Amino acid sequence: MSSVSMTVNGKSVTGEVEDRTLLSTFLREDLHLTGTHIGCDTSQCGACTVHVNGKAVKGCTMLALEAEGADVRTIEGMANDDGSLGVIQAAFQEHHGLQCGFCTPGMVMAADELLKNNSNPSETEIRKYLSGNICRCTGYHNIIKSIQAAAAQLG
Amino acid sequence: MYNFVFEKPTTVAEAVAALASEDAQALGGGQTLLPTMKQRLASPAKLVSLTGIAEMGGTSSTGDVITIGGGVTHADVAAGGYGAISKLAGDIGDPTVRNRGTIGGSLANNDPSADYPAAALASGATIKTNARSIAADDYFTGLFDTALEDAEIIVSVDFPVPLSSNYQKFEQPASRFALVGVFVAKFADGVRVAVTGASEGGVYRWTEAETALNANFSADALDGLSVSADNMISDLHGTPEYRANLVKVLTGRAVADC
Ligand SMILES: Cc1cc2nc3c(=O)[nH]c(=O)nc-3n(C[C@H](O)[C@H](O)[C@H](O)COP(=O)(O)OP(=O)(O)OC[C@H]3O[C@@H](n4cnc5c(N)ncnc54)[C@H](O)[C@@H]3O)c2cc1C
Ligand code: FES
Ligand code: FES
Repeated sequence: MSSVSMTVNGKSVTGEVEDRTLLSTFLREDLHLTGTHIGCDTSQCGACTVHVNGKAVKGCTMLALEAEGADVRTIEGMANDDGSLGVIQAAFQEHHGLQCGFCTPGMVMAADELLKNNSNPSETEIRKYLSGNICRCTGYHNIIKSIQAAAAQLG
Repeated sequence: MYNFVFEKPTTVAEAVAALASEDAQALGGGQTLLPTMKQRLASPAKLVSLTGIAEMGGTSSTGDVITIGGGVTHADVAAGGYGAISKLAGDIGDPTVRNRGTIGGSLANNDPSADYPAAALASGATIKTNARSIAADDYFTGLFDTALEDAEIIVSVDFPVPLSSNYQKFEQPASRFALVGVFVAKFADGVRVAVTGASEGGVYRWTEAETALNANFSADALDGLSVSADNMISDLHGTPEYRANLVKVLTGRAVADC
């Protein structure tokens, strides 16, 4: 066991973990932040996408110990302080960007990173950026619309 | 994934020492190794993270040679403005893979469908380890096999800058690896063509094309050449014949876009 400390959604956290613990496991099972989803065992679905020091990564493909001292943001950190939905989340709700919602946390985290790097992405750019996020329900069209709407609102 | 002991040294020398113990393995970005361990196809007793080693970070350019640290992520190479190599890095996997995966990890792994091996071989790159310098022509020794010894670490990679170069990747849409990829680099002293994704032996140089292009650097120069389907990879995504055809088509496109 090793001890690990990081900042998650603005709060300092510390834990005792087995060295093999994945970041996604630490978030879900130790911190009970179950918004970060696990959709595969092969690093392909993107449901586990979180931000580490401002960069989107697959939480299931990074060791918790590699996030020592890092600033981590999860879907739970995307809502506004009063608990209402953030702009991207609200756009997904408004534009029917989700059905079962399983992929949505990863989609929102990926979209957030995209819009930070590119405030007005084209449809092609959005599709390419989401190539690591798989949705089995929506057919993606409404996800694209949601992100375009969020981009327009965020300016 | 089986448990292991994790270490995170801050120098190459410490990492080499940590790797000396039995069943120790280097951990780069983890984008290949961690999924492999989750499938229990690898079970190292110790993982030595290379992500805290400053000597392995950073890129620099002298104009003639671009040097990329072994721990530099695909995302950082993509943003570096290094022509075809940056374009190649920006098309690896997806953004999250690029934010963690490193050039050292990709070259050490030498997946037969990986992108960087084509860039390194076509550029005549030099792989610099903690112990020695290895020319790309001597480095790729077969499927998932390289000239690296146990516990040898890729510290940096030198890419000679060509007059012009281009990489054409025919993406396998589900994995986003190359179904076939061809990197063409034109230097003052000749053209080099490297092919990934096609051969069961891993990345290779298509020397007939190099000869033809040295005589006439145009896509037409390839017209008379044929690519044999012998030893080409066969899987549900493409037959050997399909891959052989792609080698020629993509080489032509790369030359045209050079
Ligand atoms: C969904 C997905 C899509 C992908 N798509 C592509 C793609 O389109 N094209 C492509 O080329 N790749 C692709 N990859 C693989 C990706 O590029 C990996 O990042 C890369 O193959 C390994 O780099 P890494 O730093 O993650 O290494 P790791 O996974 O940490 O390590 C891989 C191997 O290299 C060794 N190693 C790591 N660093 C070093 C070093 N500096 N010196 C010596 N040995 C070292 C490790 O011991 C291990 O054996 C994809 C991966 C995923 C998960
Ligand atoms: S859970 Fe599928 S990529 Fe992480
Ligand atoms: S909404 Fe169900 S997987 Fe995307």
